[in-house]
Amino acid sequence: MAERRYTKTHEWLTIDGKTATVGISEFAQAQLGDVVFLDLPSPGRKIARGESFGVIESVKAASDLYAPVGGTIAAVNDKLTSNPELVNSDPYGEGWILKVQMTGEAPADLMDEASYKKMAEGSSD
Amino acid sequence: MLAAIGVESMDDLLVDIPSSLRIHELKLPDGLSELDTMAEINALAGKNRVFADRLTFRGGGVYRRFIPTAVAAVTGKPEFYSAYTPYQPEASQGTLQAIFEFQTLIAELTGLDVANASLYDGATAVAEASMMARVHTGREEVLVAGYLHPEYLEVLRAFGEGRGMKVRRGEEPTAKTAAVVFQQPDFLGLLVDARGLTEKAHAAGALAIACVDPISLAILAPPGEYGADIAVGEGQQLGLAPSYGGPHVGFIACRKELVRRLPGRLIGTSFDSAGRRGFVLTLTAREQHIRREKATSNICTNHSLCALAASVYMTYMGEAGLRQVAETSFQRAHALAERLAKLPGWELAFPERQFLNEFPVIVPKPGPVLRKLARKGILGGLEVGRWFRELRGVVTFTCTEVNDPIAINQLLEVLSS
Repeated sequence: MAERRYTKTHEWLTIDGKTATVGISEFAQAQLGDVVFLDLPSPGRKIARGESFGVIESVKAASDLYAPVGGTIAAVNDKLTSNPELVNSDPYGEGWILKVQMTGEAPADLMDEASYKKMAEGSSD
Repeated sequence: MLAAIGVESMDDLLVDIPSSLRIHELKLPDGLSELDTMAEINALAGKNRVFADRLTFRGGGVYRRFIPTAVAAVTGKPEFYSAYTPYQPEASQGTLQAIFEFQTLIAELTGLDVANASLYDGATAVAEASMMARVHTGREEVLVAGYLHPEYLEVLRAFGEGRGMKVRRGEEPTAKTAAVVFQQPDFLGLLVDARGLTEKAHAAGALAIACVDPISLAILAPPGEYGADIAVGEGQQLGLAPSYGGPHVGFIACRKELVRRLPGRLIGTSFDSAGRRGFVLTLTAREQHIRREKATSNICTNHSLCALAASVYMTYMGEAGLRQVAETSFQRAHALAERLAKLPGWELAFPERQFLNEFPVIVPKPGPVLRKLARKGILGGLEVGRWFRELRGVVTFTCTEVNDPIAINQLLEVLSS
């Protein structure tokens, strides 16, 4: 299993060859509370790194989702349409959100687990 | 009071406003007593030429209809008749239930899954629906097929400027088309191939937006039945006075899959802590106060009192009543069309097309004809060439249940003389 890395905006990604799988972190799902809806793009759409590609709505808030890498959307997790709560129950597994066919390399400034945790803990209060 | 807040005069309160921007002396006459005011206002109002409902044969988006007294009796209740519509569930169950019932009635009438709490009018409803399609499909073009009300088109274009929508008139959607918008019956009163237009839109990956006459839905197929994604329209005919063109009420309904794009207020049912059914605002995360600039719409309110009038009207008339209104209007309009077409030089503009209660006629010298009618207290049809060059000399006439046979005879007598 590829190493999971994180963005400052609380998305995670794992990279397998040229394909990145994207979701939101355990910390982010806990902060959002019960997720009730995700507004996601269709496969085939091109996204730029840092672009808002969708919206995640919980009982508490509606937040934008940002692309950690640029490329073409290869797949979206259809299960989230009827079971958005998978983002809460299994954010790193069944609750994945997108697969992106990357153009270029993964950005170097993504955080590993330890430094992400440090950042998240610093921002939680 | 000035002393209490530590200033000497009214002017001291205004020191922050530069003197050059202030009006130092208002040249207004002295006030009048209530009695004198009423006399003056009545004298001014007397200058208006008011046509009787039964002698009005003009529609074009606003129609004279019979309004049962029950409508004003309910909307006039102080609990409803306030300047502000409160949405707090703990204080406003009656208001919220009334809105919920409006939504239910509109959803049933249009044959779609969900309707919102109402919009301002038919024109903004068309624009809001187009914005839904723009955001949903990610495409820019809104294709307006056939004769959409020209003022609706104008409002749509104005909305489009700020929201990156390109409005085009035409019949053929492309891969850039977000929605095909059509009016049924169209601005001239003629029936369009709503199913065909809907299928064409879907084949191009666009949404189909039907702008419908609510009364017509008592006898025509509802948009949900022919597959339209969004239905919108003007609700004035449902118990609201023509007034000066407003305030009216717009309605919008859509398929369930589009509900997150639906603009404005949406009321749902829920249960309170004791398990009792209650009414609450729902899905508010769509709205501007949460989604900010990314919301589909900046509408955070509705025309509640007008929507209530529409609800009372629909409930009071019922299915049979609405059908009767639509059928009576249909029969009277067809009888009138037949007689108008027999006048020397007059003919139906589109004899091969079907209509309900409004229809276009070619009239020789329409200006003088309409003026002659007006002198006799009759408001004749609408000259549509004003908006569409190809329709110069065409006048649309309208009949509803209020245009009784005697009124129709009066119209024909003046036209024949």
